[in-house]
Amino acid sequence: MSSEQNISLQEQQFMHKIKAEEKIEPKDWMPEKYRKNLIRQISQHAHSEVIGMQPEGNFLTRAPSLRRKAILLSKIQDEAGHGLYLYSAAETLGITREEMIEALQSGQAKYASIFNYPALTWGDMGAIGWLVDGAAIVNQVSLQRTSYGPYSRGMIRICKEESFHQRQGYDIMLSLVNGTPAQKAMAQDSLNRFYWPALMMFGPHDSESAHSAKSMEWKIKRETNDDLRQKFIDQTASQIEFLGLEHPDKELKWNEERGHYDSGEIDWEEFHNVIAGNGHCNRQRLEHHIKAHEEGAWVREALAAYNAKKQANKAEAA
Amino acid sequence: MQDNALELFEVFIRSKRGLDHKHVGSLHSEDHAQALEYARDVYTRRSEGVSIWVVKSADICASQEDDAENFFDPNDDKPYRHATYYDLPDAVNNM
Ligand SMILES: [Fe+2]
Ligand SMILES: [Fe+2]
Ligand SMILES: [Fe+2]
Repeated sequence: MSSEQNISLQEQQFMHKIKAEEKIEPKDWMPEKYRKNLIRQISQHAHSEVIGMQPEGNFLTRAPSLRRKAILLSKIQDEAGHGLYLYSAAETLGITREEMIEALQSGQAKYASIFNYPALTWGDMGAIGWLVDGAAIVNQVSLQRTSYGPYSRGMIRICKEESFHQRQGYDIMLSLVNGTPAQKAMAQDSLNRFYWPALMMFGPHDSESAHSAKSMEWKIKRETNDDLRQKFIDQTASQIEFLGLEHPDKELKWNEERGHYDSGEIDWEEFHNVIAGNGHCNRQRLEHHIKAHEEGAWVREALAAYNAKKQANKAEAA
Repeated sequence: MQDNALELFEVFIRSKRGLDHKHVGSLHSEDHAQALEYARDVYTRRSEGVSIWVVKSADICASQEDDAENFFDPNDDKPYRHATYYDLPDAVNNM
C-alpha cells in the first residue's frame, strides 16, 4: 500500500470517529489541518483568557467595597486558571507554551478583540461580567461538545466556573440601576459601550467566516457564529428589560414567526479595525503582557537555579 | 521473595473516548510496558476501557490528607466563588 492510500485510510477512520460523535484524543492520528486549526483556536482562546484579566485587573484597587474587590479578584484568578487549562489542552497537540506566548507577543496570534476596548468605569465591571462573560459562556457551552477530547474537557471545567462570573456582573448592574440617577446613568453608559462589542465576539457572519466550514465539518465548532449570536441576543433582551435600561439596539424587535429577535446590523468596519490592531488598547495590552513576562523572568530563573542546586546535592549524596 | 523487587504502578483507565482517565488501582511490574499488559489483563477483562495509563507510584506526589485543613483552607471562606451566592430575581435567574 502506498503511503498516500495509507493516509486516506487513516483519514477515513478519523472521519468515521467524528461522524460517530466520538472524541479525538491526543495520540490518535489526525489530519495536519485539524491539528493546526485546533492549535489556532485553542491558543487564541487561551490568550483571550489571559489578556482578559487586564481590563478587570485595572479596577482591583478601585472596587467600591472590600466585598466587590474580593469577588473581582476571584473572578480574575479564575480567568488565569482558564488560560492554564487551555494552554495545556493546546500543548497536547505538540506546540509548546513558549511558542504560543511568542506568537501572542509578536502579534501573530490573536485574542478576543473585546479586550481591546478600555474599561472606563465601575459600571464596566458589571457590563463585562454580564455581557462579555455571558457571550463567552454561550460559545463555551457549545464547545463542550467539540470533537477534541482535551478541549472538550477543558470547556466543561470552565463552564462550571463561568456562571459566577456572569452573575456577579449582573449583580453589579442591579446595584447600579437601583442606586442614584448618576449610578443608573453609569450602568446605561456601560451597557451602551459593551453591547455591540459583545455581539462582535461571535465573529463575522457565517457567510464571511474564513474558518467556519471546515471547523463545522470536523466538529471543532458545533454551532455557527450567527446561531450563537442569536442565542445571546435573545437571552440578553429580557435581562436588559429587567434592569430598566434602554436597549442599545434601536432596531431590536421580536419576530413571532422566527421565534427570535430581529436586530440591527453590527458596525463591521469597527470590528475589522479592532482586529487589525487599531482598537483603543491593542498596543497597551500586548506591551503590558510583555512587560509582565519580562519582569517575571527572575522567578523562572530562580526556579531553574533551585532545581540545579537540588540535582547537584543529590548527585553529591549518591 | 522475588515479588518484592518489582515496582508498584498506579493504573488509570479511560472508559470511553472523551472521558478523563480515572484511577482504578495498582499493580507490581518490572517496567512500564509490562505494567500496561498486566493492567489490561487484570483491570479490563470486561471491556472496561479504551485506553490505559500506568504511572510509577513513586512518581506520584500527593497532598497529605492529615494536612487537608490547612492545605485547602484558603478556599473555604470564599462563598462568592459559587454561582448560588448571587441571589438574582426569578426573571433573570437562568444565567
Ligand atoms: Fe474564562
Ligand atoms: Fe469568565
Ligand atoms: Fe472564556
